[in-house]
Amino acid sequence: MPVADPVPPDRVETPRRVRVTRTTSPSPTARRQSSRLATVEIVEQARIDDIQVTSLIKAQFRLALQMVASLVVGLGGLPLMFALVPATRTYRILQVPLPWLLLGFVVYPLTYLAGRLYVNRAERVEDAFSEYIARR
Amino acid sequence: MSTALSLAAIGGVSVATLGIGMFGLRISRTTSDFYVASRAVSPRWNAAAISGEYLSAASFLGVAGLILAQGVDALWFSVGYTVGYLMLLFFIAAPLRRSGVYTLPDFAEARFESTLVRLICSVLVFGIGTLYMLPQLQGAGLTLATIVGAPTWVGAILVVVIVVTNVAAGGMRSITFVQAFQYWLKLTALATPIFVILIAWRAGHHPDVRVLDSLKGTGSHWARPLSTAPGREHPLYSTYSLLLALCFGVMGLPHVLVRFYANPDGRAARRTTVVVLGLLGIFYLFPPIYAVLGRAITPDLIPAGSDSVVLQLPGRIFGGVLGDLLGALVAAGAFAAFLSTASGLTISIAGVLVQDILGPRLPRLANSDRGTVQSFRLASVLAVCVPFFVWRFTGSLSLADSVGLTFAVAASTFCPMLLLGIWWRRVSTVGAAAGLIVGGCTAIGAVLVNDLVPPIHGWLGTLIAQPAAWTMPLAFATVIVVSKLWPGSIPAGTERSMIRLHLPESVRRDNVRP
Repeated sequence: MPVADPVPPDRVETPRRVRVTRTTSPSPTARRQSSRLATVEIVEQARIDDIQVTSLIKAQFRLALQMVASLVVGLGGLPLMFALVPATRTYRILQVPLPWLLLGFVVYPLTYLAGRLYVNRAERVEDAFSEYIARR
Repeated sequence: MSTALSLAAIGGVSVATLGIGMFGLRISRTTSDFYVASRAVSPRWNAAAISGEYLSAASFLGVAGLILAQGVDALWFSVGYTVGYLMLLFFIAAPLRRSGVYTLPDFAEARFESTLVRLICSVLVFGIGTLYMLPQLQGAGLTLATIVGAPTWVGAILVVVIVVTNVAAGGMRSITFVQAFQYWLKLTALATPIFVILIAWRAGHHPDVRVLDSLKGTGSHWARPLSTAPGREHPLYSTYSLLLALCFGVMGLPHVLVRFYANPDGRAARRTTVVVLGLLGIFYLFPPIYAVLGRAITPDLIPAGSDSVVLQLPGRIFGGVLGDLLGALVAAGAFAAFLSTASGLTISIAGVLVQDILGPRLPRLANSDRGTVQSFRLASVLAVCVPFFVWRFTGSLSLADSVGLTFAVAASTFCPMLLLGIWWRRVSTVGAAAGLIVGGCTAIGAVLVNDLVPPIHGWLGTLIAQPAAWTMPLAFATVIVVSKLWPGSIPAGTERSMIRLHLPESVRRDNVRP
């Protein structure tokens, strides 16, 4: 929690160097309690009930599964295609064999676009949720 | 290849890494500086930093070497290394950032409220980190052996010394800028020779080989997918199992996940991942070009040592100063790859050694009551030396193969814990622990058999060489079944954890960084 610094800026000594290696500072139990308190606060302030959170999680999970399903068909289908249709293993476009073209080049822009598409849709799910909470 | 020039380039990268490690960190001194600096990091910088830490010896040397040796089937490696980030994006990027923790053991403890699960995770971080360190050491040894003909342990010792000095002096973890620079250095080192070759050929300096002939694959297995070359059986199963390991292993790499904490919020974590996808996609366009050129120009590398193709190709194509310069550039890029990944791994391993595995014993060993800084230094020495001795006393697989197995272990342990922990409310603590143990034992067992036992033939050998397709579902099934059988140990704070993981920041009023 941001706390105002009680020491005037001109009297601040150079702080001792520390090494950041984990999230917890005091003890795990203390942190767990404080994080639990913070979460209670969020829920009470925003008056969000479990059902709404559940529906948000379900919507996000459905979206992720849809994306994975298209990936399984698009990318996961390639080995099967090579296995079942042997002609695709040697078919050439501009001298380059199809498998080399697909796995060496085409996959990457498509992966990037799939990522962009997912982010857009996931943010839209979140925006709809925030708007719904704000309207009440 | 000019020895002096390449050695100078490697020396330059090493000195630069050490210099930045020792002096650069003075800028950020306190824990809060670390966080504030993190907040200012834009997705672009952070994505370059993630890519810089991620692209290791296996990507820089190993992928091209494996494609040269095995042909188009090895292209699945670079595809899987990239698509893994897509899985990370879909399932864990935003929730993990929102969880507010930044190491895997921290996540396990917060979500499952159990120090036992935390301890298992710490041991697995140590195991996966050590396994992943082996190919870095091997790659460094190979690079120096190729350049000066030194024994392979010389290059590995060099990496060990630099990484220990660097991490002990302050580490490079918190400097996003350095890791981002490493990405651009590696990309430049890999891409420049290819562009120079293309320009030279347009100008008419074409060697007496027809490069694309190798792709036409007259009767060879090399140019065709699902090859059944000697020693490779059941190619369809192997391809799917490898793809599964790579796609779901990325999210279990300890040194990668830490970087996601540097994002200001869950949305930025998602956007960063998308930029990573783009950066990796650009990088992985180049290794196959090296392999295809190598097939035509340096076919003598294929029987043994195909991993050195990236290092040798520029010098074989161009004699004289140009070849020397390009060779030195590539050597520098390779060393940048070992150093950045090895440093990230060392910090992750040393972190769990200090906090969970050796714990209070370390200060006594370090003979110091000054606490964690001394312990951390001692732990970082252990974190590099253990992999070094393991590497010296085990058989050496090819770079890309040994990284593939590491991904299989990550996919069989941390992947089920993260996926089910984030998306399923009814995971019990006992279920999570059982899944980690079953997945870890089977996958690590397969790695040990691969490394220590002579090759086994038939289905058994294939299942052990590519274990992910059975160990990962087994781990998932274990978590689910055990959680259903012992629902009593479902963590009391599950509801709150779920809210914390999934609620967008715009709805949260606290805006507190945990």
